[in-house]
Amino acid sequence: MSYVPHTEAEQRAMLARIGSASVRDLFAAVPEAHRFPEVSLPPPLSEPELLAELHALAARNLDLSTAPCFLGAGAYHHFVPSVVRHMTSRSEFYTAYTPYQPEISQGTLQTIFEYQTMICRLTGMEVSNASHYDGATALAEAAIMAVDVARGRRREVLLSPDIHHEYRQVVRTYTQAMDLDIVGDKEPNATLESLVQRVGPQTACLVVQTPDFYGRILDLSGLAEQVHARGALLVVVCDPISLGMLRPPGAFGADIVLGEGQPLGIGLQFGGPYLGFFACRMAHVRRMAGRLAGETVDAQGRRGYVLTLSTREQHIRREKATSNICTNQGLNVLAAAVYLSALGKCGLAQVASLCYHRAHYAARAIAALPGYAVDDAQPFFKEFVVRCPAPAREINRRLLQEHGTVGGLDLASVDPAREHEMLLCVTEMNPVAEIDRLVSALAEVGS
Amino acid sequence: MAFEIAPDCRYAENHEWICVEGDTATIGISDYAQQELTDVVYVELPEVGQSFGQGEPFAVVESVKAASDVFMPVAGEVIEVNASLEDAPEFVNDDPYGDGWFVRIRIADPGELDGLMDPDAYRAYVAAQAS
Repeated sequence: MSYVPHTEAEQRAMLARIGSASVRDLFAAVPEAHRFPEVSLPPPLSEPELLAELHALAARNLDLSTAPCFLGAGAYHHFVPSVVRHMTSRSEFYTAYTPYQPEISQGTLQTIFEYQTMICRLTGMEVSNASHYDGATALAEAAIMAVDVARGRRREVLLSPDIHHEYRQVVRTYTQAMDLDIVGDKEPNATLESLVQRVGPQTACLVVQTPDFYGRILDLSGLAEQVHARGALLVVVCDPISLGMLRPPGAFGADIVLGEGQPLGIGLQFGGPYLGFFACRMAHVRRMAGRLAGETVDAQGRRGYVLTLSTREQHIRREKATSNICTNQGLNVLAAAVYLSALGKCGLAQVASLCYHRAHYAARAIAALPGYAVDDAQPFFKEFVVRCPAPAREINRRLLQEHGTVGGLDLASVDPAREHEMLLCVTEMNPVAEIDRLVSALAEVGS
Repeated sequence: MAFEIAPDCRYAENHEWICVEGDTATIGISDYAQQELTDVVYVELPEVGQSFGQGEPFAVVESVKAASDVFMPVAGEVIEVNASLEDAPEFVNDDPYGDGWFVRIRIADPGELDGLMDPDAYRAYVAAQAS
């Protein structure tokens, strides 16, 4: 079967119309030697041969179902219950595209509605949108929204230096043509107090992350009040798993709460696709990017779901849309909703508690090793910075080669001066015995 | 389709009405416009003190169908906004020439009023658009 939909007669008619003799002539601008090159391919394989080859290739990967992993830094190895994959594999969800005729897609709308409801409960916020591409783009949307809430008169976005560096880069890339001042994050010694002091008449929002990039939990008490007194919004980036045990940013008066939803049943998946969750106060709902599903009743009083708010999206508002990326992450939204439903409140609290206690167990043991030190001056959640007796790059290489273990993030990738430090992550996927083996391995490779 | 046209106003091509009182004026959208929009659910108004040129968007009216810009029939400075629309956007549907007004402005150039339609011209304009 040909995948070209035009018949030969149609092709001849089109060629005659534009005055070309053949389709090949249309490629005349490409140099002869590169026009129709011979591609050197190995001979064809049978299906069993092909599978054997692919298995052999796959066997060269390090598989986290068996290899211990202590790497986090924005993408986290959490357990994904089987029911999540079961639901996201159903063709009703799997094959569906964004609902441009929304009311016919009741299942999709109900999923979004339930997801929004759970995100609101998790973050302590009043309204959640149907999601963004990932945590970093959700932060960029929050910055733009804060400028919009100030009606464009405040054009400074104040970022804490302890926000994930890639998120800060994405904010700059995303807003580069908007004439905004992205400031604050180039001062490594900034504290919450010094950041608040920088909130001025031009500041649209202050953005902080908790737990921050280095895993430290921020005390948000009184922060929103101080930021509001200076006429700006408080935006908080957070880890959704941490909300299983920490007081939500909404309870501290945050105006926008967002983050990476990948820990909620999405798996690492080689870095994407991920899920940006985004929630805000009802007062700002019309400045919020993206769409909002709502519950209603039909003419006969039966429960149904609608797109309650999408009038500010680009297919209606064109260049005046709240965002030019209004796609939501349908399947990952479903995964997060199923994950949260499957775990329930107690389950999520248990995951958070396991992460917290195992991370602290690991931190105590590593701190006791000669040559190692742990930064525990502030409370932390599931990540912490370890100072190593050798460059982290070297420690990680030996952990991998000699112990088949993925170590923490080499902080030289963030700051060349910090090559002796690594950011370690411990989750519920790291049993105590595995942590004990890591500690022994660290002792060995550090001596 | 039946719609009202207030006799004492002038009209712009984007269906805004303007009612002049000395050097100030009240602005809203016509009965025809509100019927076309269907149920208005939200009106985003400018702030007092903001100035706009003729034809510049100064407000956004959101219905269950769409969010649309509302344009200044003449240039001017906003001296009052209809804050009651915040809680009762349905005034735009129920009483477009009364409680559903949007803003009051100080007119910058009264000469610009001459370019607007009188009620008869507007009636003919809408009829031509509808046909």
